[in-house]
Amino acid sequence: MATEILMPALSPTMEEGTLAKWLVKEGDTVSSGDIMAEIETDKATMEFEAVDEGVVGKILIEEGTENVKVNTPIAILVEEGEDVPEAGSSPAAAKPEEQKSEASEEMPAKAPAVAAPAAPAPDATPDWDESVEVKQTTVREALRDAMAEEMRRDDNVFLMGEEVAEYQGAYKISQGLLDEFGAKRVIDTPITEHGFAGIGVGAAFGGLKPIVEFMTFNFAMQAIDQIINSAAKTLYMSGGQMGAPMVFRGPNGAAARVGAQHSQDYAAWYMQVPGLKVCMPYSAADAKGLMKTAIRDPNPVIFLENEILYGKSFDVPVMDDFTIPFGKAKIERAGDDVTIVSFGIGMTYALEAAEKLAEDGINAEVINLRTLRPMDTDTILASVRKTNRCVTVEEGWPQGSVGGYISSVIMQEAFDYLDAPVITCTGKDVPMPYAANLEKHALVTTDEVVDACKQVTYR
Amino acid sequence: MPPKKKAAAKPNVSAEELLGHYREMLLIRRFEEKAGQLYGMGLIGGFCHLYIGQEAVVVGLEAAAEEGDKRVTSYRDHGHMLACGMDPKGIMAELTGREGGFSKGKGGSMHMFSKEKDFYGGHGIVAAQVPLGAGLAFADKYKGNDRVTFTYFGDGAANQGQVYETYNMAELWDLPVVFVIENNQYAMGTSVKRSTKSPSLWERGAAYGIPGEEVDGMNVLAVKEAGERAVAHCRAGKGPYILEVKTYRYRGHSMSDPAKYRTREEVQKMRDERDPIEQVREMLLTGKHASEDDLKAIDKEIKGIVNEAAEFSKESPEPALEELWTDIYATEIPQEA
Repeated sequence: MATEILMPALSPTMEEGTLAKWLVKEGDTVSSGDIMAEIETDKATMEFEAVDEGVVGKILIEEGTENVKVNTPIAILVEEGEDVPEAGSSPAAAKPEEQKSEASEEMPAKAPAVAAPAAPAPDATPDWDESVEVKQTTVREALRDAMAEEMRRDDNVFLMGEEVAEYQGAYKISQGLLDEFGAKRVIDTPITEHGFAGIGVGAAFGGLKPIVEFMTFNFAMQAIDQIINSAAKTLYMSGGQMGAPMVFRGPNGAAARVGAQHSQDYAAWYMQVPGLKVCMPYSAADAKGLMKTAIRDPNPVIFLENEILYGKSFDVPVMDDFTIPFGKAKIERAGDDVTIVSFGIGMTYALEAAEKLAEDGINAEVINLRTLRPMDTDTILASVRKTNRCVTVEEGWPQGSVGGYISSVIMQEAFDYLDAPVITCTGKDVPMPYAANLEKHALVTTDEVVDACKQVTYR
Repeated sequence: MPPKKKAAAKPNVSAEELLGHYREMLLIRRFEEKAGQLYGMGLIGGFCHLYIGQEAVVVGLEAAAEEGDKRVTSYRDHGHMLACGMDPKGIMAELTGREGGFSKGKGGSMHMFSKEKDFYGGHGIVAAQVPLGAGLAFADKYKGNDRVTFTYFGDGAANQGQVYETYNMAELWDLPVVFVIENNQYAMGTSVKRSTKSPSLWERGAAYGIPGEEVDGMNVLAVKEAGERAVAHCRAGKGPYILEVKTYRYRGHSMSDPAKYRTREEVQKMRDERDPIEQVREMLLTGKHASEDDLKAIDKEIKGIVNEAAEFSKESPEPALEELWTDIYATEIPQEA
C-alpha cells in the first residue's frame, strides 16, 4: 500500500519549514532509519528519517521549497512494484485541522472555589468540648507528643532529618523519640537536604509515611525541587496512581539575631503550590492537632513551625486522639469593629494589637488561619461582612504575600462590604539585618498593626 | 519456535532467551520510530526523547529483575516502560495526551507511572529520580523485603550534586538500589569529555564505598550478566551497586535536536558495527536458532503491536475537561498494587 510521507513537525513550536535537501530520489529503496531529507525549522536544520520500508514512488515537494506547512505530503512511498497513486488519495494522509485541540477555547471558567453566590456559614465548632480537661503544654512538647502518638498508631510513620535522633533534635522537638522508637524509625541524616528530601519522597512513593525535618526551612531551599516537582506534582502527573503522603516540617521565619540567610518566612512560597497542603500553627493545641492531621493526610504537607513559639505554653486538651481539621480557621477573639487575620507567630502581634485597641474602645475580631492551603476564606469573609474592615498580619515580605492573596479574595468576594481598603501588615521589603534594633524594625510590629486598624476604622 | 539449543557466541544463553531479547529490543525500536513519526505529524507535542540505540540497557536489566523489583528513570523513559511490560497502547496514548494514556493524558512523554508494574516514573528534572530511587529502596528495606530498585540516570545527571548526596546515604544505610548510569556519551549536546575529567563515572562510587563496573551497553547479554551481579549484591543486603552502561543514542536529545555536535559518520559507525539488535540478530542467524523467515515473522508481529498502539493513541479521546481538576489531592492513600 502506498504511504504519503508528510512534512514533519520537528520542534514543539514548528508550523512550517523549508525542505532544504532530498537525500533520496524517486525509485530509491529506503528502510526505517535511513535519512531521507534535510529540513530547516525555525531553529535548525534537521535530518528526517524514514519510518517505513519501501520505494520512493514520487517526490511531491521539490528541494529548496520554503514555507512547507507541517503535515503537507512531501513524497509517496510505495511497495516494490506498486504504481504511484494520485497525491492526496492515500487514506493515511492526516489532516492537520483534525488534530488541533479546541480544549483551550472550551475551558470552563471554573473560578477558584470562591465564586459561591450565597455566603457559606463558616464552621465555628470549638476545637474541643469545654468539659475536657486541659493541660499547659509548650509548642515543643505538643509537636513531639503528636509525632509520638502517630508513630505508635502507624508503623509506617518515621522521622528523618539532621540531628533528630541521637542529638534529640537541634531544637529538641524529637526529644525521647529515638529511645521509644529506635534507630529504624528515628533517623539521623547527613547534612544533605536535597538528597534526604528526595529519599523521603521516594519512600513515600514506596508506601511509607515519612516526616522529614528540616533543621530550619531556610535549608529546605536546597530541597525545594524535590518538594515541589516530586512530592507535590506526582499525584497529578501519574493520573492519581501514586503520590507522596508525608510531612516536611521545621522552624520557619525569623528567630532572633540570626541574620538574613536564617530568617525567612516561606508561608507565601509554599501556599502557592497546588498539590501541597500548608500548616502554620500558632498555639500548642494548633501544633498538636494539626500535626496529627498532617501525618495522617495522604498528601505532602508543609508544616511551618516557629522557633520563638517552641517554648511558649498553651492549653492543650487531654484527649486520646485530638486532631484539628485542615481548612478550619479559629476565631481567637470576637469583635465587631475590624477583622485582623493572621497565622503562626503573626498571631502574637495580632492579639497584642487587639488588646491595645480594646483600650481605645475598638473591638477587633482576630482570626487564626492555622492552615494556609486549604485556606478558610469563608471565616475571613463572614467576619469582614460583619466588621467591613480587614488588616492582615505576617512576618514575611510584602510582594506576593499571604495578606496580598487574602485582600484579593476579599475584594472579589466582599467588595461591597468594605468600608476601607484592606491593609496588609508584613515584614519589611529587606533581607533580615543582624543589628538588634534593625531586626526588630524589619519584622512587622504590634504598633503597625494598631495603626493599621485605626486607619481602617478612621480613628 | 526453533529448537532450544546453545547459542554459538554465548554458551549459556538459550535460543528462547535470545529471541525474547530480540523481540523486546525490536519493540522498543519500532515503538520509538513510530513515536517520532507521530511527533512529526503533530500528534505528539512538547518534548519527546527517543531511546533508539539504547535498547539493550533496559532489556538486559529487566532480564535480571524479579517480580516486585522497582524501577525509576528520567524523561527518556519509553524504553523502560515497554521493557517492564507496560502496555504499548497506554504509553502511546499518553504521548498523544489522550484519556487512554497511563496518566490519563496529564503526564505526557516525560511523566508516566505504573503502580502495577512498579514503574515509578518518568521524571523531568535531571537527576531528581536518583534520590527518589534510593527512597523506594529505603521503603523496601524498612518493610524488610529483599526487593531491589533500579535507578536509571544519564551521564549528564551524573554530575548533579544530589546523585552524590544519595550515594552517600544509600551506602550509609545499605539501601538495595542499583544505580544504572546510562552513559550515551552526550548530555543533550555536551559530550562526556567536555563535562568532566573523570576517566569513568562508576568509579566515583568508590569515594562512598559503593562497588560497580563498566558494562558494554550495546550487548544485551553483557548487560544482563552485570545486572545479575548487581542485583545479587543488593539482595544479599550489601547495599547499593553502580553499573555504568556504555551506550549510544542514535537520535537527537529530543525531537528538535539536530545533533550537530557529532558527525553523521560517528552515528553511522555505531549503527553499523555495534547495533544491539543487529548483534542479537547475528547470533540468532549464525547460531541457526532462527531463520530469516522466523525473524521476519517477529518483525511483522512487532509492527502490528506498534501500529495497534498508534491507532489506539489516535482514537482514544482527549481527557474530559473535568480531569483538569482531578488528582491534585488524594483523599486516601493510594494502596499498594
